[in-house]
Amino acid sequence: MNATRVSYTLDSTLASVNKAEQAAAEVAAKLCFDPDDCGRISMAVREATVNAILHGNRYDPSKRVTISFESTPEALTVAVRDEGEGLDPTTLPNPLAPENLLKQSGRGIFLIQTFMDEIHFRNLSPGNEITMIKFIRAAGHGGNKEDNQ
Amino acid sequence: MTMKASSRQVDGVMIVDLSGRITLGEGSVVLRDTVKDLSTQGHKKILLNLGNVTYIDSSGIGELVSAFTSIRNAGGDLKLLNLTKKVHDLLQITKLYTVFDILDDEASAVSAFNR
Repeated sequence: MNATRVSYTLDSTLASVNKAEQAAAEVAAKLCFDPDDCGRISMAVREATVNAILHGNRYDPSKRVTISFESTPEALTVAVRDEGEGLDPTTLPNPLAPENLLKQSGRGIFLIQTFMDEIHFRNLSPGNEITMIKFIRAAGHGGNKEDNQ
Repeated sequence: MTMKASSRQVDGVMIVDLSGRITLGEGSVVLRDTVKDLSTQGHKKILLNLGNVTYIDSSGIGELVSAFTSIRNAGGDLKLLNLTKKVHDLLQITKLYTVFDILDDEASAVSAFNR
């Protein structure tokens, strides 16, 4: 199996969020995902990086965020790792519940789940890693989870 | 691209023309400060023109929600105008399409405030 892997180590700053988003867009475009999927992938990576910097590392300048992109003929796998206290994904409120619709925050992971085909969390003690997978579809790489439901 | 906001008044409605990216950081702050200033000045009818907003993330969505609730809580109303497909899709996915009053035509939007 041919696999290509690239990883970045970034500071816990807002500038890193834009770098991560840009890197994701470039990787997705190289893999010939269609423009809509490139947008979904780059937004998922952006949201995961925001979570890592804001909620994980809490902008701590001594902590880093590591992002790795691994591509195979079948899928793009992106892992975003922070050095924070970890996250229990089962405690996240549903942003679509009527009582949460008007909350200012809490939609990032929901968007990642919507835009990617699989996501997994791993508690690194300390730290958290979110792994996001987008499968490469044979027919022009089109389609997404919303379309396929 | 940085976010820009400019305001103009039409028939008692403050129209805020937004352009660029509404994302965590500067973009969200510009939106927050603009709406806060208008509210402080006593404006209660606010129309956010998103026609030139090229990108919005979850923080930007949160800022739209926050602007909506703060204006509503002050006894006013906030509507959205000219959504791009990307922003439209995001509001649909997050079920906020049902929360906001969204219009495609400025004259109709201004009239909607004055009904």
